[in-house]
Amino acid sequence: MTRAVSREVMLNVENVSLAFGGVKAVTDISFDIRNGEIRAIIGPNGAGKTSMLNVINGFYHPQKGTITFKGRVRRRMRPSEAARSGIARTFQNVALFRGMSTLDNIMSGRSLKMHANFLWQLVYLGPARREEIAHRKKVEEIIDFLEIQHIRRIPVGKLPYGLQKRVELGRALAMEPELLLLDEPMAGMNLEEKEDMSRFILDVNSEFGTTIALIEHDMGVVMDLSDRVVVLDYGRKIADGTPTEVKSNQGVIDAYLGVAHEESERWTS
Amino acid sequence: MSERDQAPDDTFPKLFQFNARTRGGRVAMRHKDFGIWQSWSWAQAYEIVRALAQGLAGLGAVSGDRIAIIGSNRPYLYWTIAAAQCLGAVPVPIYADAVADEMAFVLEHAEIRFAVVEDQEQVDKIIQVASRLPALKAILYDEKRGLRDYDHAKLHALAGIIAKGREALGRTEAASQLDAAIARGKGSDIAVILYTSGTTGRPKGVMLTYDNLLASARIGIAFDGLTDKDEIIAYLPMAWVGDHVFSYGQAILAGYCVSCPEKPETIVQDRREIGPTYVFAPPRVFENLLTLTMVRMEDAGPVKRWMFGHFLKVARQWGDKILSGETVPLWARLHYALGNLLVYAPLRNRYGLSKVKVGYTAGEAIGAEIFSFYRSIGVNLKQLYGQTEASVYVTLQPDGEIKPDTVGKPAPSVDIRLGPSGEVEFRSPGVFLGYYKDPERTAEVKTKDGYVRTGDVGFFDAQGHLKIIDRAKDVGRLNHGGLFPPKYIENKLKFYPNIKEAVAFGDRHDSVACFINIDPVAVGNWAERNDVTHASYQELAADPRVYDMIASHVEEVNRALALEPQMQGAQIARFLILPKELDADDGELTRTQKVRRSFITERYAALVKALYDGSLKAHLNVEVTFEDGRKGRIAGDIVIRDVATESVTGLEKAA
Repeated sequence: MTRAVSREVMLNVENVSLAFGGVKAVTDISFDIRNGEIRAIIGPNGAGKTSMLNVINGFYHPQKGTITFKGRVRRRMRPSEAARSGIARTFQNVALFRGMSTLDNIMSGRSLKMHANFLWQLVYLGPARREEIAHRKKVEEIIDFLEIQHIRRIPVGKLPYGLQKRVELGRALAMEPELLLLDEPMAGMNLEEKEDMSRFILDVNSEFGTTIALIEHDMGVVMDLSDRVVVLDYGRKIADGTPTEVKSNQGVIDAYLGVAHEESERWTS
Repeated sequence: MSERDQAPDDTFPKLFQFNARTRGGRVAMRHKDFGIWQSWSWAQAYEIVRALAQGLAGLGAVSGDRIAIIGSNRPYLYWTIAAAQCLGAVPVPIYADAVADEMAFVLEHAEIRFAVVEDQEQVDKIIQVASRLPALKAILYDEKRGLRDYDHAKLHALAGIIAKGREALGRTEAASQLDAAIARGKGSDIAVILYTSGTTGRPKGVMLTYDNLLASARIGIAFDGLTDKDEIIAYLPMAWVGDHVFSYGQAILAGYCVSCPEKPETIVQDRREIGPTYVFAPPRVFENLLTLTMVRMEDAGPVKRWMFGHFLKVARQWGDKILSGETVPLWARLHYALGNLLVYAPLRNRYGLSKVKVGYTAGEAIGAEIFSFYRSIGVNLKQLYGQTEASVYVTLQPDGEIKPDTVGKPAPSVDIRLGPSGEVEFRSPGVFLGYYKDPERTAEVKTKDGYVRTGDVGFFDAQGHLKIIDRAKDVGRLNHGGLFPPKYIENKLKFYPNIKEAVAFGDRHDSVACFINIDPVAVGNWAERNDVTHASYQELAADPRVYDMIASHVEEVNRALALEPQMQGAQIARFLILPKELDADDGELTRTQKVRRSFITERYAALVKALYDGSLKAHLNVEVTFEDGRKGRIAGDIVIRDVATESVTGLEKAA
C-alpha cells in the first residue's frame, strides 16, 4: 500500500473538556488527525468517544480547549458550519429518512452543494435542472462505489441494517467531505457485513483520499484499519499511538479487562 | 441493405464487420451504468473491437493464443471475444465465480497467454495462482477500482489498451494488417473453447469451430424467427454455451441487441426495463420468480388474494390452450381477457416478460407446475435440451406441441438415436471438434460414426418427443431389482417450493432414502406466518413442524411414484433435512448448481449410513466454507424421519 498519509495535521484537538452539569464527559483531551489517515477512537462504554465526535463536528461546545480544523481555530461552531467546511459524519444509530429511497437519502447529502434557489427548483428548469443532473451523477457514482444499485429505489426503512449503514455512509460521502467521522460503522453487523464495510472504508480512504476518524468497538477491525489509535477511558485519554503500541499499553489492557475497584464504581454511579 | 452486401457466413469478426456496415446505426449493446442504459451501435462496437484487437496485438497477442475472459456479462468482455477472434486467437470464457484454485486448472490447462477480466476480485484470483501460469503475459482489467496500488508490470487497464490500439490503427499499415487477419479467418477455425464444469472430474475444454456455432445459431434463429429487432438480456455466465450462442453468436448473426444488467442483483429490475423478446433461463430462475410472487401474495390483502387465486384458476384451465392456438369457447376467452387485464399482464410486466416472443428453459428439468404457470399467464415458455458438445441444440419444443415432461423433438438438422442402454446419442453440424488436449476423453464421447454420447438416458414417446430420465451413470438398481433414477425422484421433490434441493440414495440398497434441503425463502415465510421461531437456517431445518411439512410432500411424491409401473419400487422410505444449504463453495454443487452426488455421498457418509441402519438420529460434524473463503464447522444431531409408502396392491384395490 502506498497510501498518502502526510505529517500535516488536519484537525487538532487541544485540552478539550466537556461537562453536562456535574457530569464530566471528556476531560482535558488533546490529539490530532493527520491528512489522509484513518484515526480510530476507542474505549469502553461511556468513555466519551461519541461526545468527542460531537465536539469535533460542532454539535457540542466544549467548556474548555480549542479545536483547530485546517489551520482555523474554532471555539463555537454550529454543525452546519462544520459540514460546510468539509466534515461529514454517520451516527451510531442509523439516522436516515426511513420513508425515502436510498437514492433520495444520498441525494439529501448534496443539499449543501445545491445553489439554485427554491423557485428555480420548483419549476425544474434551466440552472436548477442542470444542477440536479450534475448532483445525480455524483450520487450515482457513490451508489456504484458502494455497490448498492439494487436498492436504489427501495425505501431505506425496508432495508436490512447492514445496508442502511452503507446508505448512511453514502449520504456522508455525497458531501464530498475532507474529514469523515464514523460512529461505530460496524455496530450490529455480522462478520461478512463487517468485512464489506471495512473494505468500503479503506476504499474511501484510498480512492478519494478522505481522512477518516472512526469509533469502533471491534478491536480486530480497529487494528486492521487504522493508522493511529487514541484510547479514552472515563473521559480521559489514556493512550495514543499505532495499533501495535496501543495494544501493548498496560493502561489500555486494564481499561478493557476492567480493574476491580473501577468496576464497582461504575455500578454504583 | 444493398444487394452487393452479401452477408459473409464463415466467422464472427466478418459478420461483425458486416453488421457495422449494413446496420451500423442500430444499437448492438447496452449496459446499465450509473443508473442509465448506455448504448453502443454496431459501428461503434466494431470500432472498439478493432481497437482492442490492435491493442492486444500490440501486447504481443498472435494467432492461436488462448485469451481468458473472466467476469460478469459486460459489453467489453463480449467485445474481447470478438477482438481475440479478429486476431485468430481463441477466447476462453471462464466461470467468474470459480475460486482461484478451480480457475487455475483451466488457466493452466488452456495455457492462457492473456486474461481479460472484470475487476480486482478476478485480478486477485489470477495473481494468487500466477506462479502456475508461465505462459501468462498480461492481465487486462475493465474496472480500475482498488487496483491503483498494484504492480502494473503485467497489469493493464482495458481502456488504456483500447486507446493504444486506436492510436496504432491510425496508421494505414496496422489497419490493413488487421483487415488481413480478419480475412484469414475461416469457418473450420476454432472459435472458442468452453470449459464444461462437469458433474465429475476435471473440467473439459470443448473446442467449437465457427462452423459449429454458426450452424447452431442458424437453427435457433430459423426455428423461432429471430431478427435484428429482437432484444435479449445477457445475465447467465459467459462461460456457458447457452450464453455464448444466445448473447454472442446469434446476436451477431441476427443482428439483435444484447443488454447487460447493472449488477447480478439488479437483473429482475433491469429485465423489466428492457422488456426482452427472447429469454433464456434455467428452471431455477423461473422457480425463484414464482416463489417470490407466491410469498408476496401471502402478504397481500384479501381482495387481491381472491383475484389472484380466481384468475389463476381460469389461467390454468384455458391459458395454455389459448397460447397454443386451440379452439376455446368465446366466454372463456373473455374471462381470460379480463384476467389478463387484472392479473396476467401486470404479472408478466413484473417479471419483465411482457414482450417475450419465446422463452426457453434448459439445463435441468422444470417442474410441470412451474412450467404450466408461466404458459398459463401467456408466456410462451418452452423447453430445449442441449449440450456444450452440440453448440447447444439437441431437441426443441415446436410451438403448439408443448408438454411439460418432455424436451421436445430433435432440432432441425439434428439426428438422434438411442444407444443400447437407452443412452441418447446425437449427430449434428454443431458437434464439437474435440476436447482440448484430451483425445482420450474425446474418443469416449464421440463414436466412430460421428455421434456424440450425451450420457443421458431417455426414450421417445408416442408423438416422437424425447423424454430424459436421468444421467446414464446415475441410474441405479435397488436390491429387489427395481429401477432407481435419482434425479427423476429428486426433481419430483424439488417441484415443491419448500424443497430447494434433494439428494436421493438407493442404488444397491433395499429402499430409497433422501437428503432434503429446505428453501430458506419459502420455508422462512411459512415459519413467520406459523409462529415457528428460529435463529438460523440450521434451527429451522431441525424444527419438527418443518419435518411434518416436508414429510407430507414426500408422501405425495410417493403416491405419484406408485402410479408409475417402473417407479413403484422407488418410493422414498426415509428422509432427513440437512442443516446447511448445499453450496458450490463446499464442492457440493457444480458451478451451474447441479448436485455432485458422489462427493455428497462421501462427505455425508455417516448420514447415509444412518438412513439405512434404522437409527432415528445421526451426528454430523462437517467443515463449511463461507462466501469470503473462510472455513467453519457445522455440528449437531440430525433427525431421520420414516415416511409411509403406498403399497401397490392397496392402490389396486382402491382403484
